[in-house]
This record gives sequence, structure tokens and C-alpha cells, in this order.
Amino acid sequence: MQDHRGRPVVAITGIGVVTSLGQGLEDNWAALTSGRSGIHRINRFPIEHLRTTIAGTIDFIKTEAGTAPSLTLAAGERATEEAIAMAGIGTPGNFPGPLFTAIPPVEMEWPRRRDLFAAADPAITDVYDRLIDVACRINDDFEYKSTLYGYVAEQLADRFGTRGAPISLTTACASGATAIQLGVEAIRRGDSDAALCVGTDCSVTAEAVIRFSLLSALSNSNEIPEQASKPFSKERDGFVIAEGAAALVLENYDSAKARGAKILATIRGAAEKADDFHRTRSKPDGSAVIGSIRNTIEDAGIEPSAIDYINAHGTGTPENDKMEAMSLEAVIGERLKTVPISSNKSMIGHTLTAAGAVEAVFSVQTMRTGRIPPTINYTMPDPGIELDVVPNQARDAHVSVVLSNSFGFGGQNACLLFAAEPA
Amino acid sequence: MAREVWITGIGLTSSLGEGLDAHWQALAETDPPQPVVDTTSAAPFAFYPMVPLDLDKQIPRRADQRQMEPWQRLGAYTAGLALADAGLVGNAELLGQTHMVIAAGAGERDTAADGEILKGLATAAAPEQFLNERLSSDLRPTLFLAQLPNLLAGNISIVHKVTGSSRTFLGEEISGVSAVEVVWRRIRAGQGDIFLVGGASIAGRKDMILQRAIGGTLWAGQPASVWARPEKGGGTMLGSLGAFLVIESRDHAEARGRQPYARLSSVSSDQSRRRPGEAATNAARQFDELTEGRSDPVAVLSGATGMGDATREERDLLAALIAAGRVSTVRATANVVGSGIEATFPAQIALGALALSRKGFFKPADETGFEKAEGGVPKRIVATTWGIWRGEGMGLVEAVD
Repeated sequence: MQDHRGRPVVAITGIGVVTSLGQGLEDNWAALTSGRSGIHRINRFPIEHLRTTIAGTIDFIKTEAGTAPSLTLAAGERATEEAIAMAGIGTPGNFPGPLFTAIPPVEMEWPRRRDLFAAADPAITDVYDRLIDVACRINDDFEYKSTLYGYVAEQLADRFGTRGAPISLTTACASGATAIQLGVEAIRRGDSDAALCVGTDCSVTAEAVIRFSLLSALSNSNEIPEQASKPFSKERDGFVIAEGAAALVLENYDSAKARGAKILATIRGAAEKADDFHRTRSKPDGSAVIGSIRNTIEDAGIEPSAIDYINAHGTGTPENDKMEAMSLEAVIGERLKTVPISSNKSMIGHTLTAAGAVEAVFSVQTMRTGRIPPTINYTMPDPGIELDVVPNQARDAHVSVVLSNSFGFGGQNACLLFAAEPA
Repeated sequence: MAREVWITGIGLTSSLGEGLDAHWQALAETDPPQPVVDTTSAAPFAFYPMVPLDLDKQIPRRADQRQMEPWQRLGAYTAGLALADAGLVGNAELLGQTHMVIAAGAGERDTAADGEILKGLATAAAPEQFLNERLSSDLRPTLFLAQLPNLLAGNISIVHKVTGSSRTFLGEEISGVSAVEVVWRRIRAGQGDIFLVGGASIAGRKDMILQRAIGGTLWAGQPASVWARPEKGGGTMLGSLGAFLVIESRDHAEARGRQPYARLSSVSSDQSRRRPGEAATNAARQFDELTEGRSDPVAVLSGATGMGDATREERDLLAALIAAGRVSTVRATANVVGSGIEATFPAQIALGALALSRKGFFKPADETGFEKAEGGVPKRIVATTWGIWRGEGMGLVEAVD
């Protein structure tokens, strides 16, 4: 089957997800549609002196190293296992296509720096020279490899046997969507009949929380963690940093059908538009966000009126939600007020690098189950944002076309458009 | 029918200078080339430092310069050179359609702040609480953005107005290969007409040296040819390098009256587990694919890093290809500009395109004699890039007559 531009149609045949709400699609979906929050007090490290003391960390995954790359890998593996099992594709350890993985930036972490410093020669005056001197003597292969940017994808590629050199990528908070977009493009080119797209991010450390705090991006509503993430509401005060992982198996629709795979949904459109206004803020006229949404709809070859649910980026920062609503209105028009739109981040927080992939999985599940997860903590509507945010309670609805938005620092805007399987 | 892919703009900065003329002069008109190596600032590790850049020329707003650290400044600067070279500067409409694929590492940490905190941590009664307190007060908010890998692309959008799209690939050397490969594949298939692709690397950074040193990957002896290092334990000498390419479909370039430096004919990547012989097997297969149906020899620009096993394998493979008459001659770019990690492959494609457009080749800079002076004027140049840890990539550039 070909799309309106004569390209192969891209099907989704497997999805897997891990968030603070739990492991696996079933647990996540049950929690998400019952309006449960995964946000809690941080217990991974002491919270003294932090302005924000809450997060959506995944506390049920433990690794020996306990570092961001090791946790990010572990979560990514679990999501990928689920997605490949659901797709029933390939053979164990032999996935018939390339891997595109969105990962967070990783680096040596403070406990390791402290250890090195403690073992250092105090006669060396420069602190980094001291660390380097110790590093040369101990030669720690795991520390070295796991702090390379290629590490997580290399481990995933090896374990699941994907083809070729895996691509690791970041487009900040749009990364998960970009990973999927790369897979869509590869299948449309005919480079491969299948692609594995993963977004994984378990990088909540004290320094990460502090850095986002210093940019005034995080909610400080620490008192009741479950109520801190409140997208689109009047008293929203920032996003809640969180962890997550999701994997999607994409396939050429025809080859998926030919092997008897169950088609979960199709990806009709994927597009982006970069913003040149500011490092953390969108152009005031919304033109880049609007461009990204328009390009996606155009790529899909549909009319804006076909969209019947929007999975919002909906971070809960004052700026994002206003800009997202304004931009959607510019594209969809007056009808926007009646199109249900909800933010998964109200419950799982902002899973950063993984968000686009996690929310893609939930977008697909919305269509499959006919149930729209709510935007929780919506008690005080923002009069400047007139949207049907599916407040506080999940809603049953027939959904066949979903727009999913992902925006990030650095002028990153990427959108995906999913459709139910053509009957 | 796949579309033809042309290289129409090049930005190149290194220890040897800025721009194509400087590199041609240093590498083709100076015999032998005279590498610039800093042996003291990061001793015992030597590295190739960036030439001083007049940042105002490519990043005119001081406010933009202040938002970046050296790595992002180098990238934004070098990207500007490529855009200017391709005649895109000031063409808002075209810049708005230009897609970006950047191969990135991490930006700089504030090593002074880290140092003070580490000293305090050593005696703090409650170290983790102390860390929270000091990070909250000592970290500059802007430094986070200067460290984020995708903010090189973000800054290029802001400074140069490239806004078609923006993607950042990660994963050390192979990310540079994948970036160029994805661009090549997208143009061939009609998934975009014009792209800016490249990367930058700053050598001599203590935070990066620490990461590389703990893996025992750095060359600590006197500067030596990469081909000489495998027998002496192996190791990499990092080089400051900025390399950006404007790549577009032939039709698109012709429609706007641009001449190419070269045709980007093919890019291939793979990733072995590096058991003995695996990387060479990948590279041999890639070489067969890239040179399929042609018997005339190609010149090779090797990205060999000097790591023992990998460089030995690559040298043996290239020696066999020379003996078989399939490779005319070899130059290791790391011998003249150092290893530029993510920027390595874009730089090699840039140098290959430069040599083809000037109808000449580079002088050897190799005391082992593996790189032979003869070889004639290549019409086709193969660039190889193997990652220090993972990834094997290869590209073919050809003269457009």
C-alpha cells in the first residue's frame, strides 16, 4: 500500500513502555486511564537545598552502577523487549532492521568524580589534572564505555541484533519523535522493511534537577507531588522532570501484512521545523511550532479537520502550553475548541528525551482502546487557553487520527500523525 | 531513479588554519605538511589546538557568543563558513528550507566550579547535601545550554537562520558518518533538497581528556604517525576540528547556479563488536560496494585514530588493497589535524572534495613510509572512519567533470 505521495505506508506492529507508573503497556494504560500520577518525592538522592524535590523517577529499575546510562539502558531494554515480543518480528537477538535511539546526554557522575578525587595525588594543583592522573592509572573500561554517547544504542543493537550502525540522537525534548521520524523515513525510502525506534531517558540526578531549576523550567509545587504537574491550568508553574522509555516497531505496511502481523496503527505524517528565535523560547508568533504542525499534516496528506485527538506536548510550563494552544488554533481554527487534547505529562511528568516515543505509544493505545487518557490536576482553567483538555477523567471516544506534538530547547519542533489501521 | 548528490559548500577549521585555501596550502603545497601540536597544555597528552578565530566574522552578536562555550562557538563559526561558501548567507527563503544534521558530543563543563566543589566535598560532613547546595549556587544557568549537544544546532539556527529542520546525532566518530549518510540517503530519495551537515570538536578540554583517559585511549608519547602507534601500544591524539558541508541535489544546485566541489557518490556504515578481523571485514565489504564495477584505483583518506588493534587492521587492509592495485595511495587525516571524533568523517569528505576540486592530492605526513608520495591526481577518493570504540564507516567522493 502506498500513501498519497506514492510512498510505502508505515505501520506500527509493536509497542513497549516503561514510566514511573510501571512497566509494560497494560500497567501503564490502566494507571493512565484512571488518572493516577507517578510523580513522587525524590528518594534517589538527598533533596536538601533543592528548589524542586519531586520527580517521576523510575524507582523499580535498579542497576549495579546506578548511573544514568545504565538505568537508561535498562529501561530501554525492557521497553524494546515488550515491543518486539508484541510485533513477533525476527528471531530472538535478530531484528530485521536498523535502530534509532533517542538518548539523554551522559557523562561521568559526581560519585565517580569524588572517588577519583579521593584517590588523587594532592601534590598536583589543578583538580582535573589530579582526576586525569588517577584515571590513567585505574583504566576503568566500564566507566569509559558507559559515558560514551554511543553506549546505550550499542548495547541495544547488540542485544536485539538490529542491522547496521545504530543511530543515537537528540533533539532535546523532541528526541523520541525524531527517532520515530528517522524510522519512518528509512521505511519510506525502502532502505528497510522494519525499523526499531526507541526513546529512553533515566537521567534524573541532583545535577540534572538543579540545571533545569536554574532555567526556571521546573514546577516548585513540592507539597503534594501528584498534583504538581498541571498542564493547561491557570496555576501551572513548570514541568516535572521524569524518566521513561518506549519502543516502537515500525514496518512497511505490506510486508507486515504479508507476514501476518497485527497492525496497531499507521504513521501517516512526520515533520519538523526549527526555530531561530531563542535557545529556550519559541518565536512569539508561534511560526516555527505552527510550521511543524502544518508540515506534518501536509506530509500526511490530510485536512486538519481529520484530527480527532491531540496528544499534547503539554509540559505545564506557562510558556509551552500557551504557545502550543495558540499554534494549534492557528492551524486547526475555531474547531480546536471541540477537539479533545490531553497531556500525558500531567501523570507521568516530562520524560524528556523519551517523551516523544512514550507519548507515541500512548497515542496508539488511545486509538486501539477508544479511551482518551485525561489531563489531571486541571482544577483551575486558564482563561487564555480554551481547550477541551479531557479534564481529570478519561473519556471514551472513537479516535482514528491523532496528532502528537513534541517541542524542545534549541528550537526543536517535531510532530507525528498517527492513524488507525485502514479497515 | 536516485538523485545525484553534490557537495556545494565547505567550512573547515583546524590547527592548520581556517578555510579551504589554508588547508590546501598546508597539506598540498607544503612538503611535508607541518602539523601544529601542543605538547604542554594537557601533558602527557599532546593535541592539535584550534587556530585563533575571529568569532565576530561568523557570530556577529556578542550576546550569542556569550551563550556558547568554545565547542559551540567553533561549530557555529565553521557552519557559517560552509553556508557562506555555498552562497546561502542572506537567502532567508533557502535557509528556511535547509535541513540540518549535526554530529555532536557534549559541550564543556565548568571545570573550575567542578574543582572547587570536589575540594569541598572531600571534607564536607554531609557530602551529598553539600553537593546540592554548591551546584545550586555555583552552576551558571547558561552553562547547561552550552553543554547540551543539540544546542550546537540550536545556535546555528539562531546565528545563521538555518531552520528547515534540526537533528543532532550522537555516538562519537560513527555519528559523523551517520549524519552524512542520512543526508545522502534523504537527498537521493527526494526527502529534502539541501542540507547542512557537520560537526566540531575541541581538543585539549580537561573534561574530555578525563573521559578518554579513563578508557586508556589516549596517546601519551611523543607525537607519532597513526601508522606507527599500533606497535607501541596504540592511542589517539585528539585534534580540534570543525567541518561542515552544504550538500544538495544536483538539480537543486544547478537551478541556483552553483558548481560542486565533488559528487558524494556513496556512504556506508556498519558496526561490529570488534572481535579480531571484524572491522576489516566490514570495511572490505564497504570498499567492494563503494567501488563496484570500477577497476581504476582510488585514493584513500583514512580516519585511522592510532588505536592499536583497529589501526593495525585498517593498515593491513589498505596495504592489501594497494597491493591489489585498487588503492593508489593513503593519507591519514589524523596525522595532520588529529582525531576530531564527531567531526572526523565530515572533515574527510571535505578534504576529499577539496582535493578533487583542486585536481591534486595531499603530501604524506607519515614517518613510517606507509603513505607514498606517488599516486597521481585522484578522480575518486574513499574516506574511511572507524570509531575508537565502535562503528565502521566509509564514503566515496568523485570528481564532477
